[in-house]
Amino acid sequence: MYVAVKGGEQAIANAHRWLADRRRGDRQRPELEVAQIGDQLRLAVDRVMSEASLYDPELAALAFKQASGDLTEAVFLLRAYRTTLPRLAISEPLNTGDMRLERRISATYKDIPGGQILGPTYDYTHRLLDFLQLAGADVPPAEVREDVSEAEPAPGILDLLDDEGLVEREIDDGAEPADITRDPPDYPMDRAARLQMLARGDEGYLLALGYSTQRGYGRNHPFAGEIRLGQVEVEIHVDEWDETICVGEIALSECQMINQFGGTREAAPKFTRGYGLAFGHNERKTMAMALVDRALRAEELGEPVIGPAQQAEFVLAHADSVDASGFVSHLKLPHYVDFQSELDLLRRLRREHARNSSPDLGESLDRPSTEEETSARKSGQGKHDRESGVHGL
Amino acid sequence: MNQTSRRARQRLLALSTREQIESCWTTLGELPEHHYVRGPETGMAMLKGRAGGTGNAFHLGEMTLTRASIALGDGTIGHGWVRGRDRRHAELIALCDALAQHADWQPRLERDVLTPLADVLAASQQRDAATAAATRVDFFTLVRGE
Repeated sequence: MYVAVKGGEQAIANAHRWLADRRRGDRQRPELEVAQIGDQLRLAVDRVMSEASLYDPELAALAFKQASGDLTEAVFLLRAYRTTLPRLAISEPLNTGDMRLERRISATYKDIPGGQILGPTYDYTHRLLDFLQLAGADVPPAEVREDVSEAEPAPGILDLLDDEGLVEREIDDGAEPADITRDPPDYPMDRAARLQMLARGDEGYLLALGYSTQRGYGRNHPFAGEIRLGQVEVEIHVDEWDETICVGEIALSECQMINQFGGTREAAPKFTRGYGLAFGHNERKTMAMALVDRALRAEELGEPVIGPAQQAEFVLAHADSVDASGFVSHLKLPHYVDFQSELDLLRRLRREHARNSSPDLGESLDRPSTEEETSARKSGQGKHDRESGVHGL
Repeated sequence: MNQTSRRARQRLLALSTREQIESCWTTLGELPEHHYVRGPETGMAMLKGRAGGTGNAFHLGEMTLTRASIALGDGTIGHGWVRGRDRRHAELIALCDALAQHADWQPRLERDVLTPLADVLAASQQRDAATAAATRVDFFTLVRGE
């Protein structure tokens, strides 16, 4: 039987109109401006940019407003927009060592060149609701050290302070990184592709996985070696001048995690490393990313793979909130025909059950899987993922 | 007056806001005719990071990027690139690039636009550094009197 699914146009149009009305809220109050969101809700904006994998604070703020503050929806909106733009350039690798620092801390070395800079942090706040903000109290401007005329150099400290060579070094071997927006991810995946997928991964998901490693599911005893937030200049190579030029600055967060030892018969044990990098101020995300990056190096470092966070295909195939919310949300689409066939099957099974009503028929009630579920399990990913293949969105 | 290199000029103009450039711009007076030869066009740049900050490159994500190329009446070409989607900003950078190639315009561009913008940028970065410095921890050790 064919079930028509047309007929909802007017209902949909009115639903969208109601949504817009709700979003606008009480007309007695001024409408929220996109610029205010960019200014006053910047951590939400940074999260949207990071998970949408597109750095544009104004558009991320617009997406946040348009989505009524639903971060996952806002990420989807911005990710969809990015598919409309051509790629004009690929940057030189960002030099986070040259960051104009807003924050820089280390939990492993106390005295570091450039010092420990706390920056605009929620750490050390008492997590008590501030009723002055409810009352709209004035906020004093940030304190400025008038005796400081320029930033002290603050090089990355992991390599600098380890003169004994106890910490693994990160050295560029010149390998061209994969790009998961151009080529479908292929397992096993190298670290560059994994980092790209983690960088756009959902923060809550990565946080939970990182936390799981701390609780024992793939323990590797992490220390926050260095965390830095600040502005980094972006350079691209332009053919017109055959030169590398600066086209602006972006805010970045970076986490260098130091983890427990790896070593082989040939190489003496060393601290190993996990890395997190994200757009904007996204400290928690970069810490979680660094924990998961390190967990996913289990095989490379000869560790037993015992925790979910160490299983690359499981971790990476489910990290993207656009993929995940898309496949979950599709359950809302009409499944009238699918469900009809399940109903028919169930009725037949029940008829058989009644006919032979004897206690040994339990096994025939094992529900056969639908084609969709079986193949999704076989390939280890959801159906829509196989259809889209390339993470073009 | 020293001439700012093309690379340094592009960097300065990209790190300045469009409003800052425009506020210096008016002092230049009437500008030569120009037309677009490419764009202005908004697209994206894919940004690369490095594993561990110094290791192998990986693709971090994209950012919006706008470029423009203009030609003056005499055929001088200027290029400009800037993060974001501001076409006028890219056009102004391209115009500066073209004007800087003219002996007549170059000193005025240097005096009225580039020098003031460099001062503004330096002051703004100095202020950022001084604000961050106010949150730098000065460790001290309590000596126990035993």
